[in-house]
Amino acid sequence: MSTRGGESREQPQPTAVKRKVVWSQAFQAVLVPALAVLTALIIGAVVIAITDAAVVAAYRNFFTAPGKALAATWQAVRTAYGALFQGSFGNPQELYQAVKVYVATKETGPLWQALWPITESLVAATPYILAGLAVALGFRCGLFNIGVEGQFFMGALASAYIGYRLTTLPTLVHLPLAVLAGALGGALWAAIPGYLKARTGAHEVVNTIMMNWIAFRLSDWLLNGPMKAPGYRPITPQIEPTAELPRFFPAPLRLNVGFLLALATAAVVYWFLFKTTTGFEIRTVGANPRAARYAGMNITRNFVLAMVLSGALAGLAAATQVLGVDHWVGQGFSAGYGFDAIALALLGKSHPLGVVLASLLFGFLRGGATRMQSLAGIPIDIISIIQALVIVFIAAPDIIRWLYRLRAGRGIEELVLTRGWGG
Amino acid sequence: MAIAVTRPQARAAFMNRSRWMGILLLIVGLLMFLLFGRGLEPGQEATFGLNPGKDSQAIAIPDLTLPVQPALYALIMLTLFLGGWQLARGFRSAGAVLGIASFFFVTAFLTWAARGKSFNLVGMLSSSLVRATPIALAGLCGVVCERCAVINIAIEGMMLTSAQAAVVVATLTRNLYLGLLAAMLTGAILSAVHAVLSIRFRVDQIVSGTAINIFGAGATSFISARFLEKNVDLLNNSGTFPVVSIPLLSKIPILGPIFFENGIIVYLMFILVVVVHIVLFYTPWGLRTRAVGEHPRAADTLGINVFLTRYVNVIAAGMIAGIGGAYFTIGSVGRFDEIMTAGKGFIGLAAMIFGKWNPFGTFASSLIFGFADSLQIKLQILRVPIPSEFLLMAPYLVTMIVLAGVVGRAIPPAADGQPYVKE
Repeated sequence: MSTRGGESREQPQPTAVKRKVVWSQAFQAVLVPALAVLTALIIGAVVIAITDAAVVAAYRNFFTAPGKALAATWQAVRTAYGALFQGSFGNPQELYQAVKVYVATKETGPLWQALWPITESLVAATPYILAGLAVALGFRCGLFNIGVEGQFFMGALASAYIGYRLTTLPTLVHLPLAVLAGALGGALWAAIPGYLKARTGAHEVVNTIMMNWIAFRLSDWLLNGPMKAPGYRPITPQIEPTAELPRFFPAPLRLNVGFLLALATAAVVYWFLFKTTTGFEIRTVGANPRAARYAGMNITRNFVLAMVLSGALAGLAAATQVLGVDHWVGQGFSAGYGFDAIALALLGKSHPLGVVLASLLFGFLRGGATRMQSLAGIPIDIISIIQALVIVFIAAPDIIRWLYRLRAGRGIEELVLTRGWGG
Repeated sequence: MAIAVTRPQARAAFMNRSRWMGILLLIVGLLMFLLFGRGLEPGQEATFGLNPGKDSQAIAIPDLTLPVQPALYALIMLTLFLGGWQLARGFRSAGAVLGIASFFFVTAFLTWAARGKSFNLVGMLSSSLVRATPIALAGLCGVVCERCAVINIAIEGMMLTSAQAAVVVATLTRNLYLGLLAAMLTGAILSAVHAVLSIRFRVDQIVSGTAINIFGAGATSFISARFLEKNVDLLNNSGTFPVVSIPLLSKIPILGPIFFENGIIVYLMFILVVVVHIVLFYTPWGLRTRAVGEHPRAADTLGINVFLTRYVNVIAAGMIAGIGGAYFTIGSVGRFDEIMTAGKGFIGLAAMIFGKWNPFGTFASSLIFGFADSLQIKLQILRVPIPSEFLLMAPYLVTMIVLAGVVGRAIPPAADGQPYVKE
């Protein structure tokens, strides 16, 4: 058993010392993830450089013209990451100009245009926050929910169905109904592997993956049959305007209430996990099921509950995406949110605040990657490579500590993530 | 961690597992009647082709023609009889009974689907074996890993990456065997990463596996988008291994075309199943491996090098996964498509669990998955009025049912998934 629980060995200390300990712990908790992301970005840069034809050509003459080779490398990486930055935050100069224009003439056009990248990044972060919370909640109960992808899909279909099927409802009824439908769709899809795990011990990893594939096939059928919009494309009809999440800015900008909803949900999840009895039970089952059983907790119930809540969060993520951004669902809708969510939960150490920060990071990365693809011709899949590296470095902090010669952190809660096949 | 389900004593006495199985069989029989037994035209016949095709060397034999109505009624009666007997007296081996009943069900289904038509049975069985090959190789990879207590859910990522490596190397060198070698090497490298992470750094093995899966999907898509799409003929067009007919044996009707007219990877799979079985159960190395998987501390006390055993096994398993990956490209279509493994690695894991961590069991269960896979394609050709999406779900549903422990409980190696800390 690894050392765990900074809470238990707390002794009465002067407040100043205690505060210092808290700060150093917070620093320790942030240091490794930050270095992990940095290292992953550096390796990503190496990948970009060695797969660039111009750079490779320059290195052929490395011994005659080393400067040229290094310059080419710098150029390739700078173009790529420059596009990444501009795509995620926007061009600072452009923003400055736009603000000047707005102050002088009250014209908002350029301002909205300059704000487009950063709002898009926040839009991308919204489903990440909720999906990341879904995986994190599972981790807290010792469950590895790889099925967020499928739950996301089912949630999207459910909320789209309510969104376009029910007409003539007022927004105040229709919108909450559509959001709830999304959560319910995800929850139901997650309940099956949760129940199977609790009842038969069938491992949730394989079962949720199977549920993912079943969800994909089911959605293929639904989008080509019962839920297909008139026309040739396999997509659902547009949802009614009464089911749309309100947007903050005029037309092209898509930032919507969903972002606030995600932040609020993160706060609720924090409260649930750390301030309620049920949350405590879930965490206890996750940390040590045997002890939980001796304490009289119902493991079966907690497994199913954690899985259902996790699925509901995944469905909610989908609902914000459908109702706030796309307004319809098509094939390949989920774009790997479920797998990104795993990285997010690990990066955020399964803590709601950590998940929010990690999601913002990924949102900005993803927002920028689209631009990087169009501007520098770097395939968007580079983000997956970076994500995989981040997961590895977070899961094996010893690598980072060894790379940067850090001392081992003490008193940081180590999370038990998953265990065996549950046999 | 087992979750014991305690039933009331009185109920357990009468409604035991065996009686439930009997009821299940009766339901299956009834279902067969409701689905296939009604509305048949008398005198209709179903023709099952027993000759695969022109190219085959097998001696031609006449096709099998069944009168549909009597055959179906006989199968339904047999199933109902099995169920009744199981309910009243109970068979010794419940698994065998279930197997026979499933065979009846599938036969009835095929007879029903092929009524009034002709259906090439040998062709379908032969393609079942081919489709089972990557699943069996993935399952074997899992067996070799998990017998020494390292969980490997990265098989999917390993297969995907080695599939790409195989086709690129084979196209560049115009040598398929070098492609196969490259695939094995790629599998070994990724497996070594998994080994180092889970043995040296004691990373949660499922997290490490997930990271490798994300990396595999990202890296292959990245390389695909950056290089392969633009240079298909230069990099992504290798051709495939030719079909090798084994002299004499391939002339046997039915069996010949199924087992002895295949590509080299199918034969390699057969050899590996036998080799892994012999190594695991009849050599000192296998004994050590199993000891490390069941009780590493005891093994260590006896002087077995736990870490070395695990490293060697996991890396060897990676090579097997590499061969499985090579099947997808140089073994079947001769080019790489993004995410072409489509969850076969995970289905291989299910085959491993279904096969109770034994090589032959894994092979047998992978045949079931291969059969389901090839069945749905044949049924589309026969125009059975079931949407193809639902048929495509079948293997995943089967996996889940298997995992839920329909055929008895699968018990993994005792130390599965636990990192070993030397004292």
